[in-house]
Amino acid sequence: MSNFIIRRVFLGLFIVFFGAMIVYGVIRSLPSSYVETVARQRAANPTSLRTYQEWLDELNQVYHLDVGIIPGYFGWVKNAIRGDFGVSWIYNVPVTQKFKEVIPYSIFLNIITFAVQIIVSIPLGILAARKQYSGVDYAITVFALAGLSLPTFFLATLLKYVFSVKLGWFPLYGLTSRFHNQMDRTGQLLDMAKNMTLPIITLMMLSIGGLMRYTRTNMLEVLNSDYIRTARAKGLSEKVVINKHAFRNTLIPLVSYMSTLLPAMFGGSMITETMYQIPGIGYISFGAMQQGDIPFAMFYTTFLILLTQISLLIADIMYAVVDPRVRVN
Amino acid sequence: MSDENKKNLEIDEPTDAQIGSDGLPMTTTEEMALDDQRRIKVLSPGMLVFKRFIRNKLAVVGLIILAIMFTFSFIGPLFSPYTQTQVFTGMSTMSREYAGAIYNLEERYTVADGETFNSADRAAYLLAKGRGSSTFNSANGEFYYEEILPGFNRIAKLDVVAKTDPLGKLPTDDPAISEDFIKAYEANKKAGSFVFEDVLYIITGPKVKTISTDKDIAVASTFVFDAYNKADDKFVQSHLFKLAVANAIAEEADTLELENREFTIVMDERSGTISDETGKHFAQISDIIVNPLDSSAFLSVDFKETVRETMNARKNEFYFTDENGIETHYKIVIVNQNYSIMKDMPTELVRTYEFPSKEHWLGLDNNGMDLLTRLMYGGRVSLMVGFVVIIIEMLIGVIFGGISGYFGGTVDTLMMRFVDLFNSIPFYPIVIIFGSVMDTLQVDSTTRIFLLMAILGLLGWTGIARVVRGQILSLREQDFMVATEATGIRTSRRIFRHLIPNVMPLLIVSATAGLGGIIITEATLGFLGLGVKYPLASWGSIINNASSAHVMQSYWFMWFPAGMLILLTVLGFNFVGDGLRDAYDPKMKR
Repeated sequence: MSNFIIRRVFLGLFIVFFGAMIVYGVIRSLPSSYVETVARQRAANPTSLRTYQEWLDELNQVYHLDVGIIPGYFGWVKNAIRGDFGVSWIYNVPVTQKFKEVIPYSIFLNIITFAVQIIVSIPLGILAARKQYSGVDYAITVFALAGLSLPTFFLATLLKYVFSVKLGWFPLYGLTSRFHNQMDRTGQLLDMAKNMTLPIITLMMLSIGGLMRYTRTNMLEVLNSDYIRTARAKGLSEKVVINKHAFRNTLIPLVSYMSTLLPAMFGGSMITETMYQIPGIGYISFGAMQQGDIPFAMFYTTFLILLTQISLLIADIMYAVVDPRVRVN
Repeated sequence: MSDENKKNLEIDEPTDAQIGSDGLPMTTTEEMALDDQRRIKVLSPGMLVFKRFIRNKLAVVGLIILAIMFTFSFIGPLFSPYTQTQVFTGMSTMSREYAGAIYNLEERYTVADGETFNSADRAAYLLAKGRGSSTFNSANGEFYYEEILPGFNRIAKLDVVAKTDPLGKLPTDDPAISEDFIKAYEANKKAGSFVFEDVLYIITGPKVKTISTDKDIAVASTFVFDAYNKADDKFVQSHLFKLAVANAIAEEADTLELENREFTIVMDERSGTISDETGKHFAQISDIIVNPLDSSAFLSVDFKETVRETMNARKNEFYFTDENGIETHYKIVIVNQNYSIMKDMPTELVRTYEFPSKEHWLGLDNNGMDLLTRLMYGGRVSLMVGFVVIIIEMLIGVIFGGISGYFGGTVDTLMMRFVDLFNSIPFYPIVIIFGSVMDTLQVDSTTRIFLLMAILGLLGWTGIARVVRGQILSLREQDFMVATEATGIRTSRRIFRHLIPNVMPLLIVSATAGLGGIIITEATLGFLGLGVKYPLASWGSIINNASSAHVMQSYWFMWFPAGMLILLTVLGFNFVGDGLRDAYDPKMKR
């Protein structure tokens, strides 16, 4: 088992290394005029204290643009391993510092979404599987497919239109409302919770569909297997059959599915955060990437690749934890 | 394969074959055997899938939705009376700046006939005015000016007649200077000028006095003269007329005789009207300049007079009836020292954000274009992008997955690690970087769509490659593959003629399900402003217009229909994909 984990970790590191290299290659193969344009724009900015040549030199220095792609990438890796990802162009602070500032909001947002998602979609998925082809099943399937078919921005616009504009229950966007600073501690927390309600509902509605269908499919598979028939034949109550025999085995694929949600949550909440202007990592990095902030883009993509690999590793380990048969192999 | 075929047998219900052509049941004396051709009908696998698919209500609903969407997008534009980029405009009255007026503070020069008063002279004049001295010198000689009215100066050239000695005495021995002249000079020494034999003499200079005659050369005035009749303009603008009028006003005379004509002057503050002998208005005098904003337009003096009266009365609006008898409302807006005269003019306006009407069922968008038509053309782009991208994905995925699955072993491991690697690259960051690069390089909107398709295809093929590889891994162990090996068929032929066709159904299933995802992605990119750009449209970029809170709140028709179209289309693809999967893999259908 430990052998397997070590092999898996090495594979993950290999992928992170080469994945970041591909991203670096993409950024490096951008037309050179692009970097020059950026440098010129920054130098022309009246608030900029540096000249065009200085900006260009910094770009060249940070990205080793004067050398080839491979040596340049090794230069970046050398700095990155030491935790030095450079200074963000548009936020003008070290990339890691900006990251530390904004990541708590994203984590908060996504953990609540994740919890709600599990609480809602797994029971519904099981219900749909138990009453296959009933009205409930059709309703749940249509609902899940509708959730999968909704573009994030349309759902967010729709929710904002109904709940913010028409009903006025929630603010349109932002993390805090206007009088946030005058509130006491509890008031501030409640205020932030109110501001985060719509984003959480949006993320939830988009994600429960997938998990629900996945639960239903797996549950159907398990319910049709021989040992369930045996359990029923033994005369066990339906409750015991479902909760003890069927549900536990459904968990195995679910665990792997849920761990793939980890990077999807951080990368995928970019549009939701942008729609509601929640200053989490998604919104901040979207702004950075749109304006061609290469240090931030490199950092964020590497972070996402790393996250994907960690989630895959967790999935593999969890497989072994949940299913003893895997441990033998 | 024989096992497969047995599953595909289906006991058929009584069909038309058992009913006679006259509609009566045939006689059933003939016993039918169990394996009778008429009883047992062998369905092809494709037919079987189709039958199962048709039985799925959701899938049929999805198919109908898709049919409607395709009709809407590809056939709809043929019936639309408008084109994609047709801008609708309408006439509307709008207060627009028509003329400008200003209190003139800058003196303008009018030079007498046959004289010169060039810019060097003018500069010397201005300097002298600044110093406060009443004479000034320039290359053309010595000049003298006097203020007739506030803001109206007469400029004259001095012709020296005599000079005094430093003590202020005129030389007595000059024959040109008579004694009476000296007397007249002595008497008026302090006054600075005197009249001798009907000629005005000016005394200038500090110690050595110069006695000279003056000759009118120019007037410098802040007053503006306008002739009522264009034919009189030359006369009104002449030095002679201006000077005569100014003198008359200075003497507070009501009448003025000039060139055998008699004029009447009526002054009101610093504006006045000059009428000729018949009592008709002849000229306007004022220190307010009124100019049309458009230099080709001509402003009548009556209009200028009305403006001046309004300004002097400190009012900010007036009505003016032009020569055609049309009365128009004007407003005066003061910005700093400038008075803008605003006229309610009919203006051609782009009809933006117009609510749905009979002519435009879904209203007009922010560019004044018909939204329904743009949705149709946008649907074309969205659906085409979806199909092209899925074809690119399938091409790459089939080749990659096919090779990987067929060879297995080390090749498979290496290729699958490459897929892992490729899969790990985060999608949105890369697309956003590409989008902003395309913005920087100002790629034109058609090329942009093609690049977008290529990027989406290149980033999305890994899922299909995995599906194909998994399928081929199991297929290649089957007997028919052993047969192809035994008959010595080429490897490439084995993969692409024998394995891939067997993967095709599953490929179609995953492609259908994937199409919905691609349409969402394309719409999201359009919404973020990274996808299709104006003047072309896609459903996502149409919603992009509602990204400002104002549009979102006030104009639901700008974003709601496009969003619903995306939702329905993707839902349709998902229903159909789901139905196809169930139909193809009946294990799930138990």
